[in-house]
This record gives sequence, structure tokens and C-alpha cells, in this order.
Amino acid sequence: MRKDHAAQHATLLRVMRYIRPHLLKLGVSLLLALVTVALTLYVPILIGRAIDCIVSPGHVDFALLKSTLITIGACIALTALAQWAQSELNNRVTYDTVRDIRRDAFAHLQQLPLKYIDAHPTGETVSRMIADVDTFADGLLMGFTQLFSGVMTILGTLVFMVTLSPMITLVVVLVTPISLLVANFIAKSTHDMFVLQSKTRGEQTALIDEAMNEQKLVQAFAREDETLAQFDEINERLRACSLRAVFFSSLTNPCTRFVNSLVYAAVALTGALAAASGSLTIGGLSSFLSYANQYTKPFNEISGVITEVQNALACAARIFELIDEPAQTPDPENAEPFEHALGEVVIDDVSFSYTPERPLIEDFSLRVKPGQRVAIVGPTGCGKTTMINLLMRFYDVNSGAISVDGHETRFLTRRCLRRNIGMVLQDTWLASGTIRDNIAMGKPDASEADIIAAAKAAHAHGFIRRLPDGYNTVIRENGEGLSQGQKQLLCIARVMLCLPPILILDEATSSIDTRTELRIQDAFAKMMQGRTSFIVAHRLSTIRHADVILVMKDGRVIEQGTHASLLAQGGFYSELYHAQFAQ
Amino acid sequence: MKKLFVYLKGYGRECVLAPLFKMLEASFELFIPLVVASIIDGGILGGDRAHIVRMVLVMAALGFVGLASAVTAQYFAAKAAIGFSARLRHVLMAHIQSLSYTEIDTLGTSTLITRMTSDVNQVQTGVNMCLRLLMRSPFVVFGAMVMAFTIDFDCALIFAGVIAVLCIIVFSIMLATIPMYRRVQGQLDSVTSATRENLNGVRVLRAFCKEDAEAEKFNKRTSILTRMQLAVGRVSAAMNPLTYVVINAAVILLIYTGALRVEMGSLTQGEVVALYNYMSQILVELVKMANLIILLTKAWACGDRIASVLDIRSSQQDGTCVPTADMPLGSVQFDNVSLLYKGAGAESLDGITFSVHPGQTVGVIGGTGCGKTSLVGLIPRFYDATEGRVLLGGTDVRSIRKEALRERIAIVPQKAVLFKGTIRSNLLWGNANATDEELHEALRIAQALDVVNAKPGRLDEPVEQGGRNFSGGQRQRLTIARALVKRPDILILDDSASALDYATDASLRRAIREMDHRPTTFIVSQRASSVRYADVIIVLEDGRTAGVGTHEELLASCPVYQEIYASQYEAEEVAQHA
Repeated sequence: MRKDHAAQHATLLRVMRYIRPHLLKLGVSLLLALVTVALTLYVPILIGRAIDCIVSPGHVDFALLKSTLITIGACIALTALAQWAQSELNNRVTYDTVRDIRRDAFAHLQQLPLKYIDAHPTGETVSRMIADVDTFADGLLMGFTQLFSGVMTILGTLVFMVTLSPMITLVVVLVTPISLLVANFIAKSTHDMFVLQSKTRGEQTALIDEAMNEQKLVQAFAREDETLAQFDEINERLRACSLRAVFFSSLTNPCTRFVNSLVYAAVALTGALAAASGSLTIGGLSSFLSYANQYTKPFNEISGVITEVQNALACAARIFELIDEPAQTPDPENAEPFEHALGEVVIDDVSFSYTPERPLIEDFSLRVKPGQRVAIVGPTGCGKTTMINLLMRFYDVNSGAISVDGHETRFLTRRCLRRNIGMVLQDTWLASGTIRDNIAMGKPDASEADIIAAAKAAHAHGFIRRLPDGYNTVIRENGEGLSQGQKQLLCIARVMLCLPPILILDEATSSIDTRTELRIQDAFAKMMQGRTSFIVAHRLSTIRHADVILVMKDGRVIEQGTHASLLAQGGFYSELYHAQFAQ
Repeated sequence: MKKLFVYLKGYGRECVLAPLFKMLEASFELFIPLVVASIIDGGILGGDRAHIVRMVLVMAALGFVGLASAVTAQYFAAKAAIGFSARLRHVLMAHIQSLSYTEIDTLGTSTLITRMTSDVNQVQTGVNMCLRLLMRSPFVVFGAMVMAFTIDFDCALIFAGVIAVLCIIVFSIMLATIPMYRRVQGQLDSVTSATRENLNGVRVLRAFCKEDAEAEKFNKRTSILTRMQLAVGRVSAAMNPLTYVVINAAVILLIYTGALRVEMGSLTQGEVVALYNYMSQILVELVKMANLIILLTKAWACGDRIASVLDIRSSQQDGTCVPTADMPLGSVQFDNVSLLYKGAGAESLDGITFSVHPGQTVGVIGGTGCGKTSLVGLIPRFYDATEGRVLLGGTDVRSIRKEALRERIAIVPQKAVLFKGTIRSNLLWGNANATDEELHEALRIAQALDVVNAKPGRLDEPVEQGGRNFSGGQRQRLTIARALVKRPDILILDDSASALDYATDASLRRAIREMDHRPTTFIVSQRASSVRYADVIIVLEDGRTAGVGTHEELLASCPVYQEIYASQYEAEEVAQHA
């Protein structure tokens, strides 16, 4: 509990740091809230006084009435202005703060190591950046607007009431907690019903998810009736438990309203008796009654706001957790500029593992001369992507060094390193935008002719031309509507346009038909001309023609050599080779 | 949305009673200021303490009766709203299942899931709140005005004026902000997609050093979002101060008019207090009503989206012919068949003609996107040919009842999907009445016996959602078994052996050939080795037949087939010469 408190406190301090630039606005806003509350509370007193001017025929003090009404008018105008200015200030503080937090989070995302991103599902991080920040904004805004003025209203009302009549104030103070207790009691006793409801709803969503995703299969097996029956069973259970949850929770309002009406009646009784004995004016009673209405409301609101604010802090904590994730090691400050590598890659005594318990690559060395072709082979899941991760510095080696043209990659900026490496992954990813933007991703200022030339070289020009808007066709993220092969060709065109000296290529496997694959092979071959290339290889021709073959198994490089030397060795490679290719 | 109201049928009683009791509660509230007036005029000014006590007891009693009616109203409202949403979900589910593949493709899975879950929930809340509050708030507002008229006509005119002005303010602000809020939501979506894209494409984006460009794009989008949020905030922030000013200005006017009337002797002090109290009630209710209307517009939009799904009719008309048991559908004939998917630019199949006899094995081969899956999809009528005819056992598929048709055809789709349950429950999809013996026979042919035997629970081994707890190859063999349990006239293997090694693939094909009730079998594949021994091979390219014949014939005469064969067998030939 105490730990929770300390954590909440720390989060609150962080939030305050973000708010600091807006401190002036916030101060003015609080001041305005004070003004609003004081005036709002003062108006009923003035109205009470005005009513006291109107006793009976012949006993109306018009002079005093007029001056009182004018004061009321002035108060109202001032209140309205203060209210409007306050909410404008609050909105600014909140939305600016939230924008700053989002930007910091996103900027940090660009610096996070792949290790973090790989280990956390996209949806989770997105939900932190969007939904959590939104909830935080709502809570913050509510806190600014309602918490402070709520507390001020309660205190102010108390002060005003005490000055009017301490006796009646006591009655109000004693009865009010009942309303809070009732609200609390209902919330507690409906909790279990809500848990059951969300569990059943989850169950139903899972079924809907399954049925919608596999709708075609359901129809192919003519299972519509069975699925519907299964659905109805859950639906019926959901109906029953939702009814209980919704009904019981909807009792909160009528019940607190009832308690409030009791407070109102108690005030009426004591006030009227006091007025009858002359210790309170009728205007005073009227002010009291309107206070009795006002006083109970903030209590119900505040309990709601506090939950919201706590919720907001919890959300803020989740965003800060993301912002606090250690960033990747920064690029060295005095990194030497490094353009246009020749393409010599030296891997020197490298060890690497994702987790310390499971060592993967150990003491691995390799020297690749400019223009050489390295094939990485091995069964699926053997860790071929690990090599890509290390070469691109998506992950850093644990020990040893990787150098390009004699420069250790750790001492280059990532930007310089990556500009020298082109990468085509089997997992094709395209950005949302036009086909042209996608091809020009690495070279946004490329000319139209260059882009078309790159597309032609990648055998992509033909199908692009057939798309509704050609190169201007807008594709959604992941290139919905394009086939796997077409996406792959676009990814190749993207690299084709920059053609850096070192290439990392992931050969396509089963998802592409053999003829498209031939075209991709052809495009690959064109790219590799005179470039150092690392190929995750599936095809025998690629492997045989490679200058070096790395054989990987269970995440490790177990053999390396040429096709002939490895076959002669009679190890895992020759086994693999005979099983897979020789039949 | 209006069309959805029919699903409230049967809850007519609740729909009337809920607002009625709510109004009852409101009318008790409306009496309170009158009681207070009576306390002041009769009790305080008249000096009658017993009257004060009596009136306060009346007040408490009104509160209690109000509570009782409110609880009743909440119950009826909840019952109607939840009954309504449960029925809506049922109807939606049944409706979606009746749609053909074409409609499912256009709508998309994620849309359908949203419609069935969050949209229905929003509508449920809308109906619930509507039944509870929609009648209550106007009732209180106008009730307060009517009560004012019973007290004093001149003063009541102020009420009429105020209500009109307040309505104009509240509704014009709402009308102005609703589209603004929608744009804010749209901009938030664009911020979301920027984040998601950045994470999904992290490797590529970093490989192309796009970090700064991405941050810039994101900052631009958040700036626009903030600007929009502030703009809409500014407008909606005007609501509270404006209504406050209007109401209190009215109070000033009321008290002044009241003073004049009291001076004339036509109004008492207590009645002035009552009028003032009614004015306060109006303000509270109007704010509630404004919030309610925002909620209702949201719910209404969700309702419209649901209604638009319900409006979609299946583009296929069901046939009437039910083939009898002695009427096999095993012979398949395509008669100049073309298929143009809805919204597609070009035909996916163009002038396909072939025919096969019962029990034959048909290979369908060709590149990605050449129309292989489209071709076999026409047999169980997943889609209808846009031109030409597909005949099974001599009957046009369009005239056979869909359910009967699909009972005779088993398909093993590319993506091997199992459903949550057990192995047995999955296999029984093919035939709910199959015996264990029949299940084992299907498993044997599908080369899946060892999959089942390796599991401790055998046939009763649990299957997680999507079959996650089985490997790709295991799933594939189980889905083949599931299809075989049907004992179909036609069996379609749509590239379903891709996760199997060559040896298992071959044993599977052999086992199917040796089945006693041998179905006409379509094998769709990219592997020449899978279709090599088929009785007929159909070679497709860009939706057209590039060749029909046996392996030997095609190898001799069909250039596309030669090319496919060469691209795959190169490896082996190279190996032979190595």
C-alpha cells in the first residue's frame, strides 16, 4: 500500500514536471476557480437578501431590491467570464501537456532498442501511447476543473452556511455522509456482477472473433446453426448477468438523490422552525435550501473524480514506464563520417545471445571481402535473422566486434552504417502512402525517372502500371490488396533505388509461386552485382554460388565454408543438403 | 437506426413503463418547491409550527415515493435495453452467417467484430439512457414551466422565454461541436496509425534511417490534434457560462417582477421562492439533457452502422434442388466459366472449360494470383460465376440448395484453422454423427493418426483457439481429416499439403486414391510433384487455362507447365549432376 503511494507520488511529480511550463496558466486558472466558487456561493445569499425585500403588499423595499439585483448581475457576469477563461486555460494546459508527453514517448520510441520492441506486442505500446494518454488527459482535465472547485465549493458552502446558521449547518454535515456511504455500498456490491459481466463478454468476444475470422470455413462446413446455437447460449448468459449489473449499478443515482432529498427536508425543517422563531429570515432559508442542493453534489462528484485521477495517474505511470525504458546505446559523439563503403565486412570473435541463460553465437569470426556473397543456411527457426540483427546493429554484440572497411560498427553512427546496407526481408512491410513514396523511402528526393528505373529493375513496373492510379496508388500499411509477391517486388525496388554497397537479402520461401520467385531471383542477382551480400538462402543455386556458406542450427553458426569444403566435411551441411535437395 | 426498433418488440410494456415511472419520479420532485412555498407562507408567516412539520414529512414522503418509482423505472429500462441488445446480437450473428463470401469480403472481419461488440454495447447504453432520461428531462423542464404558470402567469412568461433561449444555446453549441468532435476522433486515429506503423515497420524504418522523419510526421499530427482539441474545447466551454448567465438573468427578472406582483398583492413571498426554485431545477435538467443528447447521437451512429450491416442482402439466391442419396455429384463440369470479383478491375477467371468424371484426381497448378483458389471456390458455390456454368452431376450448382451442396463437398483451405474445443469436436465438424471408428479411418488417410496418438488426451485432447497448441503440419493433417470425415463426393485440397514433407504428401495422395468411397479430388498446388500423378492437370495463368492434360502431355506441349516444372526440378537435376 505504502509502496503504491510512493509510486503514485513519484508519478505525480513527473506530471508536475510536464506541467511546469504552464505553471502561470495553472495558477491563474486556480485563482479563477476560487473567484467562480466564491461568486457562485455569494449569489444565493444576494438572492436571499433580495427575497427579504419582498415581504408583503406595501412592504417591498424597491430601493434595496434594485441595488441588490444590480450586484447580482455584476456577480453573474464576472462568474461567467471567470468560468470561460478557466476552462480555456485548463484545456490549454491539459492538451499541451498531453501533446508533449506523446511526443516525448514517440521520440523515445525511435531510440528504443529493437530488443524492447520485439518483446512487446505492438498493440500494447500503441495502447500506451493513445488510450492511456487519453485517459490521462481526461483525468487531468477533470482534476483541474472539478477537484479543486469541488473542494472549494464544499468548504465555501460550509463557511457561508455557518455564518448564516451554525445549527442548520450541523444538520447538513451530519446527514451528508449517508449519501456517500450509500454510493460506496452500491459500488462494492455490484463489483462482482461487473466482473462476471466482463468475463462473459470476453467469452462472447472470443467466439465472435473466431466465428467472424473463420466465417468462410463455418459456411463451407454448413455449421451456421451450430455456431449460432453456441453463440446464443453465451448471449443468454450475458443478458442475464448484464441485467443484474446494469440494474443494480443504476440504483446509485436514485439512492443518493433520495438521501439528498432527506438532507433537503432536514434543512427545510430546522430552517423553517428557526425562521418561525425569528432567528432566520425567509431569504436566509431560501439561500440555505439552495446550498443544501449545492453542497451534496460535489461530494458525489469528488469521489468520482478521485477515482478518475487515480486512474489517470496509473495511465501516466504506464507512459512514463515506456519513456523510462533504457534507450539504445547512443551513437559515439566523435564518430567519423563514413560514406560509400567498399564493402569489406569483418566479424571478429563475436559472441551474442538474446538472454544470458541461452548462449547463441559464441566466438564467431568471418572475413568477407568486398563483393563476396555469403549464404546463410539452416532449418527454419535456426536464428538466421540474428545475423541480420547484428549486421544492421538492431542488436549489439555482447563481445567481439563487427567492422566495415576497417571501421568498427560500434564507433560509427547507426545512420552511416545503415545507409551503407540495403535490406530486403521476407516479412515485407510497406508504409501507408503512395507506391512512389514507398519506393523512394530511402531517397525521398529521387527523380521520377530514377523511381521508374528502380521499379523496372525490380520487375515491379508492370504491375504498378496496372494499378488504378499507377505510382500514385495509395496503399494502406502492409499493402493490403497487393499479393505477397508484389509486396516483395516493391521492397526490392525500394532498395534498388539506393543500391548501397552491402546487401542483406532474405530469400522468399513458400508463399510465393515459383515463377514470381524467378523474377525476384533475377532482381536479386542484378542487385548483388559487385556488392557484398548476405543472403538467407533457401535455393540451391544461391547456396552453391556463394563464396562463403554459414550453416546455422539452434541459433549458432555450426559450420562455415564453401559448398565443396562443407560437403567434404560430411557434417550437418551435407546432411541437410542431401535431405533437402538431393532426394 | 430506426429499423432496429423492431427488436424492441416484446419489450413494449417495459418501454412504456420505464419513462412513465421516471416521469412519476420527476413530478414528485416538481411538488417540492410548492411544499416549500407552503412552509413559508402557511408555516413561517402564519406561525403554524405543526404545519411546518407536516409539510416536511410530506417532503420526505415525496422523496421516498420518488425513489420507489425511480428504482422501478431503472429496472424496466435495464430489462428492455439489455433484452434489446441481446436480440440484436443474435440477429446480427444469424444475418452475417447468411451472407455470401462476396459480402464478407467487402465488409471485412474487423468491421463485423466491431459491429457485434462495441457498437451493440453503445446502442444498449443509448436505449437504456433514452428510456430513463429522454422523457424525464423535458418533462421536468416543461413541468417546471407549467407549475410556474399555476403560480403566476406573468412570471411564468419569463420561464417560457428562458427555456427557449436555453434550448437555442444548448443545441447550437452541440450542433457546432458534434462534427468537431468527429474530426478530433479522426485525427486521433491518424496519430494511432502513425504509432502502429512505426512499430510494425521498425526494422525497415531504421534501416532507411527514417527516425527523424517519423518523429516529425508524428509531431505534425499531434499538433493538428491539439489544435482541434482546443478549438472544440473553446466552443463547448461556452456552454456552462452562457447557461449560467441566462438562468441568473432570468432569476433577476423574476425577482423584480415578483416584487412588483407582491406589492400589488397578487403573489406571496413563499411563491416567489417557489418560482426561484423551479428556475434552478430547469438549469440542472437542461445540462443533463445536453449530455444525454451527445450520448444518443453516438449511439444513433452506432445503430446506423449496425443497420447498414443488416441491410446487406446476400448476393446469392439459394437453390431449391436437394440431391437424393443415389444422386452423386462427383462429376464436375466447367462450361466457359468467368469470375469477376466485386470491385475488382479484371476478371480472376476467364473462359474456363473442362470436365472430370467421378473419382478422378484433378491437379490445379499455376503461379500466385493466377486463379487456382477462385476456380475451386466455385464448386461449393463460395462465389458465383459471372459468366458460364458450373455443373455437378449434371446439375447447375446455383439450383442446388447450398446446405445440401456443401454437405457433399469437403474443402481443406490453405490456412489450416482449428477451433477451440477438442480434436474430436473439430473432426465432428465434418459429420456430427461420425463414430470413433470413422474418425480414426479419416485420421489414418490424412496421415494424422500419429498426431492424435502422440497426445495424452487422444481424440479428447483440447484444442486452443486457432489451434495454437498444434504445429502447422499437425494442423494441416487434422484439417484434412476433418474434411474426410464428411465422406464427400468431392474433396478439394487447396494448397493444403504445403506444410507436409514430400513423403507424407505422397502417402496422403496414395491413401486418398485407395479410399473405398473415392471422391473426385481437386489438388491445388504450386508443387509440380503434388499434381504430377493426377488424372487431369489444369494449368492456370492469369485466370486463363494455359493447358489441360496429364503430366506427360503438358510437359510435351505446355510452355507454362514446362517452366514451372523446370523452376522446381532444377534443384534435383543439379543435385544429380553434382
